[in-house]
Amino acid sequence: MKLALIGLLSGFMSALFGVGGGIVVVPLLILLLAYRPHAAMGTSLAAIGITALAGTITFAIAGEVDPAHALLVGVPAAAGATLGATLQQRVRARELSYLFAAFLVAIAVWLLV
Amino acid sequence: MTLALAVVLGFTAGIAAGMFGVGGGILFVPTLIALGLGQVEAQATSLAAILPTVAAGTWRQASYGNVRWRPALLLGLASVVGVQVGAQVALAVPEVALRRLFAVFLVAVATQVAWRARAR
Repeated sequence: MKLALIGLLSGFMSALFGVGGGIVVVPLLILLLAYRPHAAMGTSLAAIGITALAGTITFAIAGEVDPAHALLVGVPAAAGATLGATLQQRVRARELSYLFAAFLVAIAVWLLV
Repeated sequence: MTLALAVVLGFTAGIAAGMFGVGGGILFVPTLIALGLGQVEAQATSLAAILPTVAAGTWRQASYGNVRWRPALLLGLASVVGVQVGAQVALAVPEVALRRLFAVFLVAVATQVAWRARAR
């Protein structure tokens, strides 16, 4: 039940603020469902895949997706994500939480300026 | 914006995505706009770029045993519903107010996450 609410909220906020659902899903899994940071982030990635797939299909039908540009940033990002996940595995839960908190604050600052 | 810079920004967004369990859209959208795409086209293309990003990230995270598949499925499907609702509300409320509200939300959440880590 909480999972469905977190999912609804992340989709809602992602449409509202134009940011991915991940920055909503990860902290809520940690805070509301007591997920360990690593599990929250891994699970969030898989969930985002479903949301992004639905969004991509919707926009592609409307003709708004530019496949060449999607590959231009998406392929290097896939390599980066593999590296990022590998790096994450070397960081302990507490340090990862602090890093993530700093990441959230950085995004908040970005949104305000 | 040169193509090389776009590749570097894409790679950087990917590291954040794999490391923190996010999609990377927050960096993709401005990068795509700088490459000359319109706002809607950039957001749509960003979603498509998120697909290979989270596929690679999920694959690697799954190999570490960090992915809980059933919750992920439920989260993802519920989120698709949430997007439909959010899109309607987004049209009705001023954007600047929304961004500020969301920024405050993020800082509050960040504080909670750091606090919980400290308490453990």
